[in-house]
Amino acid sequence: MSEFPNLVPALPELFMAGSALVLLLVGVFAKKDLTAGLSALAVFVMIVACALVPAAGAAHAVTFSGLFVVDGFTVFTKLLVLVAAAFALAMSVNWLHKERAERFEYPVLVLFATIGMMMMISANNMISLYLGLELQSLSLYVLAAFQRDNAKASEAGLKYFILGSLASGMLLYGASLVYGFAGSIGFDDLAHAFAHGAPIGVVVGVVFILTAMAFKISAVPFHMWTPDVYEGAPTPVTSFFAVAPKVAAFSLLVRLLIGPFGELVQQWQQVVIFISIASMLIGAFAAINQKNIKRLMAYSSIGHVGYALMGLAAGDEAGIRGVLIYLSIYLFMNVGTFAVILSMRHKGRAMENISDLAGLSKTHPAMALWMMVFMFSMAGVPPLAGFWGKFYVFMAAIDKGLITLAIIGVLTSVVGAFYYLRIIKVMYFDETVEVLDRGVGAGLGVIMAVNALLILAFSFVPMPLISSAGAAAAALFRG
Amino acid sequence: MFHIGLAHYLTVAAILFTLGVAGIFLNRRNVITIMMSIELILLAVNLNFVAFSHALGDLVEAVFTMFILTVAAAEAAIGLAIVVVFFRNRGTIAVEEINQMKG
Repeated sequence: MSEFPNLVPALPELFMAGSALVLLLVGVFAKKDLTAGLSALAVFVMIVACALVPAAGAAHAVTFSGLFVVDGFTVFTKLLVLVAAAFALAMSVNWLHKERAERFEYPVLVLFATIGMMMMISANNMISLYLGLELQSLSLYVLAAFQRDNAKASEAGLKYFILGSLASGMLLYGASLVYGFAGSIGFDDLAHAFAHGAPIGVVVGVVFILTAMAFKISAVPFHMWTPDVYEGAPTPVTSFFAVAPKVAAFSLLVRLLIGPFGELVQQWQQVVIFISIASMLIGAFAAINQKNIKRLMAYSSIGHVGYALMGLAAGDEAGIRGVLIYLSIYLFMNVGTFAVILSMRHKGRAMENISDLAGLSKTHPAMALWMMVFMFSMAGVPPLAGFWGKFYVFMAAIDKGLITLAIIGVLTSVVGAFYYLRIIKVMYFDETVEVLDRGVGAGLGVIMAVNALLILAFSFVPMPLISSAGAAAAALFRG
Repeated sequence: MFHIGLAHYLTVAAILFTLGVAGIFLNRRNVITIMMSIELILLAVNLNFVAFSHALGDLVEAVFTMFILTVAAAEAAIGLAIVVVFFRNRGTIAVEEINQMKG
């Protein structure tokens, strides 16, 4: 009955969990502060995991009595999560040192959160879904409040905690209803349970689960925590929040809706279309008046979630391919932008207002150039990568006959272009008020340049990413 | 004799869940009340799970309940820790005072 489970598919997670525990012990027993060293080791662990993920997920495999699944789709999204987490962690060290917030728990918590995200991506049952989600969320609550002598950070942590717990409660309530009315919580069983329609209890449960996932990807109308948490949390933590957890939650949402609830597409498609439109609108219009660049990035991320949801609303292989392309490009644009935000310092103090970028082109030409690439790409100006991301989700939606959705998407991206272009205008045409510090960190400059070059590379050689995203989407539908 | 069946358990759980959600949004006083509301939500879910588990005659959900109880304890610990940090910085845990950021 209970034979020993096959550990190979879960090898990256097991390796990371073991490493995180070792780093934790080293940090506890070390005589002096080892934050920088442990962060470097944690980045190294993530790089090794990046190498392990494709090997462990080479073929579709289910292990731990059906709780854990790997296939081409999980490989693709896990790599995105690992890259995002590694970039965010690498950008944090310098900042933590400057703000005198160095504590060794930081890299360990980031590692634990990343393991939670990988568990979410590989979840094949409500139990593993819940445990992965909570491992991620509990680590993120602590990270949000990591600057414990900062009132704004602790407020951000508190808000995130309350709304995150509420979302978990909704997810569980939904899972209990699905279990009660469908008789199973395994994704493989559920996938074949609704061929002849679903009882109303299951539909209500699916809506509860959708609500919880909308919280986690910060889609409207469950986005209200996002701006406050992005603004209040320490900037490197925000750069982590902005990408990795979103990719993980998105991947989980895609698996849930395509796999176990794939036969309920009639029911969930309306909901997804609604939250997609609402997110695009709020993301475009609420960002116009923002002065704080972290808050602006929060609304920008809400808008981007709306565009990615458009691909999910299409609900077919082309749509999911669009979602994956969109998320990959979103990752590099956001990491690059946050590298710029982390470099904004005046006389050693961190600056967060858009007006602080004034005249950046004269004082820091390279940084302004990279920022311009990121902003044009986010606005979706062809031929930059952001345009191709939008192109593939729009095309998928149009092919499915969701014309209204695509039109609203185009219109909101025009509105959104306003605030991205405003940043470029501030950098290139406004007079310098306060000169930002030079030499804030060579590493940040390298990260900016790498991300900008990746975006440019994708803009002109898009095929590798498109074909691997296509393969990942195909793997999801085959499995 | 009045028989207590699945529907009764589900009704109680639904009422508890609604009370918990309402407690989070209607409460204007104290963050600790919000933490209690979150616990109430999780316990309502547990009641749901156990009732379904009994009605369907399998143990999967009873196991799930154990996991939820464990995670809820960890969540309460982290939540209280964040509340303590907040109190140190602001000297209050009144809900109206959680308002430094808006927009």
